[in-house]
Amino acid sequence: MSEQLIFDISKPGRRAFAQAPLDIAEGDIPAAYMRDDVPTLPEVSELQVVRHFTRLSQQNFSIDTHFYPLGSCTMKYNPRACNALALLPGFAQRHPLGPVSHGQGFLACMYELQEMLKSVTGMQAVSLTPMAGAQGEFAGVAMIRAYHIARGDENRNEIIVPDAAHGTNPATATMCGCIVKEITSTAEGDVDIAALQKAVGPNTAGIMLTNPSTLGVFERRIMEIQDIIHNAGGLLYYDGANFNAILGKVRPGDMGFDVIHLNLHKTFSTPHGGGGPGSGAVGVGMRLKPFLPVPIVRKVVDRGEKDGSAYYDWLTEDDLPQSIGRLSAFMGNAGVLLRAYVYMRMVGKDGMKRIAEYATLNANYLMARLKDAGFEAAFPNRRASHEFILTLKKEAKTLHVNTMDFAKALLDKDFHAPTTYFPLLVPECLLIEPTETETREVLDNFIDAMIAIAEEAKADPERVRRAPYSTPVRRLDDVKAARHLDLAWKPAS
Amino acid sequence: MSELPGDLVYTKEHEWLRQEEDGSVTIGVTDHAQAALGDLVYVELPEVDQDVERGGEMAVVESVKAASDVYAPIGGTVIQVNEDLADDPEKINADPYGDGWIVRLQPSGDAGDTMDPDAYQAFLDQLDE
Repeated sequence: MSEQLIFDISKPGRRAFAQAPLDIAEGDIPAAYMRDDVPTLPEVSELQVVRHFTRLSQQNFSIDTHFYPLGSCTMKYNPRACNALALLPGFAQRHPLGPVSHGQGFLACMYELQEMLKSVTGMQAVSLTPMAGAQGEFAGVAMIRAYHIARGDENRNEIIVPDAAHGTNPATATMCGCIVKEITSTAEGDVDIAALQKAVGPNTAGIMLTNPSTLGVFERRIMEIQDIIHNAGGLLYYDGANFNAILGKVRPGDMGFDVIHLNLHKTFSTPHGGGGPGSGAVGVGMRLKPFLPVPIVRKVVDRGEKDGSAYYDWLTEDDLPQSIGRLSAFMGNAGVLLRAYVYMRMVGKDGMKRIAEYATLNANYLMARLKDAGFEAAFPNRRASHEFILTLKKEAKTLHVNTMDFAKALLDKDFHAPTTYFPLLVPECLLIEPTETETREVLDNFIDAMIAIAEEAKADPERVRRAPYSTPVRRLDDVKAARHLDLAWKPAS
Repeated sequence: MSELPGDLVYTKEHEWLRQEEDGSVTIGVTDHAQAALGDLVYVELPEVDQDVERGGEMAVVESVKAASDVYAPIGGTVIQVNEDLADDPEKINADPYGDGWIVRLQPSGDAGDTMDPDAYQAFLDQLDE
């Protein structure tokens, strides 16, 4: 059943009865700023709005309703407690322009969040201000550039990116005015050290690495890589996309990274998907500390508060004159940061280790059982990190049933599909990340579904090629959607 | 897999080159490349009169799956680009060796390592294993 557009149920003059009353006097807005015509908004009753959006939400796959093993996205459970505490009135009603003395509780939480992130990453300082992962990456590479320029080393503008990287890495380097040098990976999924040695030189600004990589394996020669880059005068950037796999076990700071961004909305379990809001906190070693984006929360220990408690305020451009500056009007997405703070306090230091252990155990369990069932792992000799890759090139070649067909058929089995056709290095790939919050029964059901689809693909390939059958809309014409982008409703003329 | 036209030479980056009678070279991507990319939705072309270096980025092709750089297999000056691709990038999918050509260059040097159709076919067969 497909849902009509809300515009299509519009009737002239229909209104929501709970509309807030007009709270300014007529005539307060100068005539020049008044619009002449009525905006093209749907005219519907409040109940129509509620039902429309409730039905749409019910047609969606979500982590609250379905297993969502979307590789590289860490679609884990977002505990309700984090949400409830972040919505406490003292947090939710705090105005960002209010006096610092009125927001001490919030600032104390942000300070502790900065400290916890330092401790878990092994970095020396943290800024929470980036609004999302991409902005965290931007801040990270902007700091690397600022560092070289501050040293008079202006020609260092080459960023090395392995071919397994997220597409955002080369995009970030380009946005920061750098030149991207791509290096290859070995058949076992590690960075090709010989290619790296050839790529470094006097213009090397740094390298962007994800570890474990998007190939779902840990970069085993990381200490060698950090030697090569540092000896060449470059810095190491850690993309925190896959931090969930090593949380509490290994620290990027100990692997020699100079700068890191974390997707708090992934590893630290705040709601994500659908475009935000996210949080891309950055951490740095000593060399990049002066360049951190502001504001940062500072703890002033002996300001003479009567009860002896600490006082918190902001570090700004005045305190960090070499800062790359501000990334938004205030400080990141406060609500997301609070949820991450509560999550970290709830799970604690030992809990973080268990997160990495169970995320990795679940991925390896899925990989082992799917291999036993006849699926081909892209890196069969490697232990999986928190995710792993299957390649369905055999199925695509012999049965003409490809990865996209499997992904669509999984929807009929009530599973969100894993990531498809990424990373680009592996043909016909499925990148599967179960996360630590799933039970063994759910994993077993997913394995059964994959086996059932493989059998259907042999018995009746055409049936799998035409999946899904049970969703509100079936195969969409994604090529037409990209070629003829149509996002805004327009009234019929 | 379709026949490889005999009058073209090919590169490991899955591009083809055709030597024109006036000394210019027409360049496109191979049938293998368009099949691997999937349905194209956007092509970014260089400017006419722009100089390109051998191995430098010359165009970008974007499909629903991925965006990919097209590197110049030979250095030179761009003398013509296939403007039709702006509205109909799918021409590369439909006719990679004909209507889907990408640029015409006036070369300023030699091409790097190129392959004749048999050698390129052997290269493709080996990739398939």
